[in-house]
Amino acid sequence: MTIHVNRRAIVLPGELLAEGKYEAGANTYKEGDKIYSSVIGLAEIKNKVVSVIALKGCYIPKVGDIVIGIITDYSPTSWQVDINSPYTATLQVIDALPKPIDPAKENIRKFFDVGDVIVGEITIFDKTRNPMLTTKGKGYGKLSGGRLIEISPTKIPRLIGRRGSMINMIKKELNCQIIVGQNGRIWISAKKPEYEEIAVKVIKKIEAEAQIPGLTERVRKLIEEEKSKIKSGGAS
Amino acid sequence: MSEEEIVLIDEHGLRVDGRRPDQLRDIKIEVGVLANADGSAYIVQGKTKLLVAVYGPRELHPRHLALPDKALLRCRYHMAPFSVEERKSPAPSRREIELSKVIREALEPALLLHRFPRTAIDVFIEVLEADGGTRCAGVTAASVALADAGIPMKDLVAACAVGKVDGKLVIDLCDLEDKYGEVDMPVAYMPGKKHVTLLQMDGKLTREEFEEALKMAISACEKIYEFQKTALKRKFEAISLEVEEES
Repeated sequence: MTIHVNRRAIVLPGELLAEGKYEAGANTYKEGDKIYSSVIGLAEIKNKVVSVIALKGCYIPKVGDIVIGIITDYSPTSWQVDINSPYTATLQVIDALPKPIDPAKENIRKFFDVGDVIVGEITIFDKTRNPMLTTKGKGYGKLSGGRLIEISPTKIPRLIGRRGSMINMIKKELNCQIIVGQNGRIWISAKKPEYEEIAVKVIKKIEAEAQIPGLTERVRKLIEEEKSKIKSGGAS
Repeated sequence: MSEEEIVLIDEHGLRVDGRRPDQLRDIKIEVGVLANADGSAYIVQGKTKLLVAVYGPRELHPRHLALPDKALLRCRYHMAPFSVEERKSPAPSRREIELSKVIREALEPALLLHRFPRTAIDVFIEVLEADGGTRCAGVTAASVALADAGIPMKDLVAACAVGKVDGKLVIDLCDLEDKYGEVDMPVAYMPGKKHVTLLQMDGKLTREEFEEALKMAISACEKIYEFQKTALKRKFEAISLEVEEES
């Protein structure tokens, strides 16, 4: 039973992480009783589970994830939704509207049109079928106003922080609404457009520096600085 | 037409470019050089220069090519028209199509493709300057670019050629040695797994020579592996340094 890496050390694909009675967590693979990293990332050891926090990667849907999608196509009874993933999601009318509609009489474009941005939850996904979405639920549905940005999906946990600490801090400091999709899309809406700008800057900073400790403090500092810039700019 | 006799190994035992038989050319690898690719790498190995871009896993088009249980790896090796002395037609030649396949098959055993069924991973290798060893440099850089894209893999793949020139076994052949030497044998190897993923040979070697050549190639691949690892680590350490300087 030996661990070959320090916690939070940068590891590369094929690097030996641990030997013996450990469990292989995310982004690792096991050969015999040896656990290796399969991606470039940071090593993490928690309760005998050895995993790697990936620094890059695409979004792979998971049932229960909240995602922000863009409608790309529609059929009489469903929409195709781009969820920033190799797999396109399907949203069926029964999962979106309170009452079933008659496709012969009504066009579903009335509800969501191509190009619309929606928030939804993944309900079904496995290796053989494309994911299904639902927009039935509190806070789900079409988004209007605000702005949409994209970051690497692997950085989303860092943006949310432990039990939402990071994202709640940003929301509070900038007095804005933020919806974070697990697929790397983020929707921001603030009363003051300047604050939206700051939020974008802050999120980009988190994306760039996700793996470096002391991030919350640096983010707080950046928000303060940007806010004071606006105040002094407005006064003169 | 009289052709000057080419001396591939001089009286001191040095090669045309002044290297010892077991000496690699200078290698430089840069990671993440292309903003629009998911992963990328630029490699300079002596005078050979090439650029690799990786996209994916992404939705596969045309759809009917999709594999139900794993991702499809697609690879395109292409030489720029200006990469060789005589202009090369930009259309894919027989050789390039073959090398694309060979490189794909050298990379495939390293990748955990079953994690992304029905998707595609695209690798584009663009040779900017060719001076021998382009397929090996292509494999080396492609595996770095794949790691940069965050695609799960068992190990990096390093590749290097060995050859026989003037009756001597030499490592990492340049263009002249490839053209006028007796044997050229490219080898791709996963050093962490001790697994050969590509082995080609043109020319003739005795059994003893072959075994010696393979040993030389493997030790060269292990050296290249170190370059790959430092290149990848350097990219991510650079971000840490930037932050430290700020504060």
